Amino acid sequence: MSQPGGKAPANSWENPAAEPFIRIRNLSKTFDGFPAVDGVSLDIYQGELFAILGGSGCGKSTLLRLLAGFETPTAGEVVIDGVDMAGRPPFERPTNMMFQSYAVFPHYTVADNVAYGLRKEGLGKAEIKDRVAELLELVQLQDFARRKPRQLSGGQQQRVALARALAKRPKVLLLDEPLAALDRNLRERTQFELMNIQDKLGITFIVVTHDQEEAMTLATRIAVMDAGRLVQIGTPTEIYEYPNSRFVADFFGAINLFEGRVEAGDPSRIVCAETGVLIHAEPIAGQPLPETLFVAVRPEKIRLSREVPAGEGMTVMHGTVEDLAYYGNHSVYRVRTDQGKLVQVSSPNAHRSAELALEWDEPIHLSWPRDCSVVLTE
Amino acid sequence: MTTARPERLWRRTVAGVPYLWLLVFFLAPFAIVLRISFADPLIGQPPFTPFYDEAQGIQLTADNYRFLTEDDLYWVSYLKSVRIAAVATLLCLLIGYPMAYGIARARAVWRNVLLLLVILPFWTSFLLRVYAWMGMLSGQGVVNKTLLALGLVDQPVQILYTDLAVYLGIVYTYLPFMILPLYATLERLDGDLLDAAADLGGRPRQAFLDITLPLSVPGVVAGSMLVFIPALGEFVIPSLLGGLDTLMIGRTLYDEFFVNRDWPLASAVATVLVLILVLPIVVFQRFSQLDREVTR
Repeated sequence: MSQPGGKAPANSWENPAAEPFIRIRNLSKTFDGFPAVDGVSLDIYQGELFAILGGSGCGKSTLLRLLAGFETPTAGEVVIDGVDMAGRPPFERPTNMMFQSYAVFPHYTVADNVAYGLRKEGLGKAEIKDRVAELLELVQLQDFARRKPRQLSGGQQQRVALARALAKRPKVLLLDEPLAALDRNLRERTQFELMNIQDKLGITFIVVTHDQEEAMTLATRIAVMDAGRLVQIGTPTEIYEYPNSRFVADFFGAINLFEGRVEAGDPSRIVCAETGVLIHAEPIAGQPLPETLFVAVRPEKIRLSREVPAGEGMTVMHGTVEDLAYYGNHSVYRVRTDQGKLVQVSSPNAHRSAELALEWDEPIHLSWPRDCSVVLTE
Repeated sequence: MTTARPERLWRRTVAGVPYLWLLVFFLAPFAIVLRISFADPLIGQPPFTPFYDEAQGIQLTADNYRFLTEDDLYWVSYLKSVRIAAVATLLCLLIGYPMAYGIARARAVWRNVLLLLVILPFWTSFLLRVYAWMGMLSGQGVVNKTLLALGLVDQPVQILYTDLAVYLGIVYTYLPFMILPLYATLERLDGDLLDAAADLGGRPRQAFLDITLPLSVPGVVAGSMLVFIPALGEFVIPSLLGGLDTLMIGRTLYDEFFVNRDWPLASAVATVLVLILVLPIVVFQRFSQLDREVTR
């Protein structure tokens, strides 16, 4: 997982003295009795590239529209750079938005689109011209200034939308699904461009996305949303390696889940309810554990071996390879344990001729160390 | 993938036959009118000189058109028609735009109800509704009674048989034709565009002027054409509601045909009217083409 070049004041969210740039407190929005955003509290720091991630209908777009001022909150407050945003229309907020539909004005040229916000601000002609030229260069559209949007490709229109949203030098740039409509190649390029631009301008970016991969590669931190609520907030690594719930674990990439009980008295030993296998985990301090809990293990944390793996605190299972898929850089195996549970394992193809060339129906051992077991209580 | 031949033939037939129908029943009568407009009037059956005569050969005369330029009556009628149609179109636009805008911005549940209300008058015959206006606007009509009861006037005012009555009639009748195309353009206007304008500092009034208005021009043009073209040649409304001096070309035309029985002159009047109408239609065509380009 590559960490983005967010040279944001290093990890300001870890510094208790740091003032959050955007403070969201108990923010709620109800549509016809249906809570789209339900009591969200969130601190976002200056220069962050913050991702709000969730499935469709989880309220992430509504949250973004509340920040932009397109929707009025039912309850709660939003403070940006020390100023309470209550009652402020979009045109009085230090935010600008890049729409998922791009919302490029079809009857304006590219240059006029970018200049729109500057004209409304009442800047002088010469200054507008300079700024527009500068922005078009930033998004590499300098040769397209006089074109109409319909003469541009989708990716180019998006860059117009980006330049237009950056024109007024907002303190916060809101991006609604910025990569969703792009094809794979363009996505990757745009992703890095966005990161570069963010790095160059130091503007706080808030990106809404349904794509966990996009969130992980782009963001300094991610907030996972479900049914209008924030489920977990953390760095991509935290969210991937230490999910706090089955929902988050499942949302982020592939995961193996084992339901189990704590073995009498020892919270580091969990007996898998389905298979009866003993699972080793790091003991959870503090809270009393509920009767049933879940152990989550990422596919790439599981080792496959023909011989019985040895070692203190190793969880070991035995099974047969039911499916395998070769992806070049890694292979994915689906192993059916002797107890009948399907476990997904992904292992890197570190050598050209894999020393462990597994075949279908081959008996195999699965193992993982205790620190790879993620214990989930909800 | 190429379409199978029978299917293509079928498609062309389905689209082509109605077109053929329209073309035949427009072009054939127009050709007849055009031909009559170059004839001389006669007392007889038919009341104009034949196209070809054994003795004199082909008979064509531009006298009728020359006469149109000589007698003020016709130019006055044309100009008055254009003026009434233009003012009525403008009034329809001023009344219809806010209505269409309101319907397009209404909640989805209400939209169909509001649209239904707009086309509700079509459930009654056009002629009956014009007669109803005659009743309402007459000296003892509901309008005058109300004015008297409110003490705004001492005695009934003459509304019926004036230009005002004609405007009322035309605006009332043609308003739906303005609202419907306007609604169609305003309804599909992308709300994100307005949000974007607001986001970039456009206050609601500015966003309307910058975004909504220019993007609704195709609807404005379509609605205006749908009102202006039939209003220009309108005959029933000026005849029933207008006064003697409400000389619209439709009435002049009627008088030439049926009162004076000067078919060739009437045909010339009609031909010129068609020419006047062709101009806005060409403009309309151009704008709908622009519309297609903008909305792709």
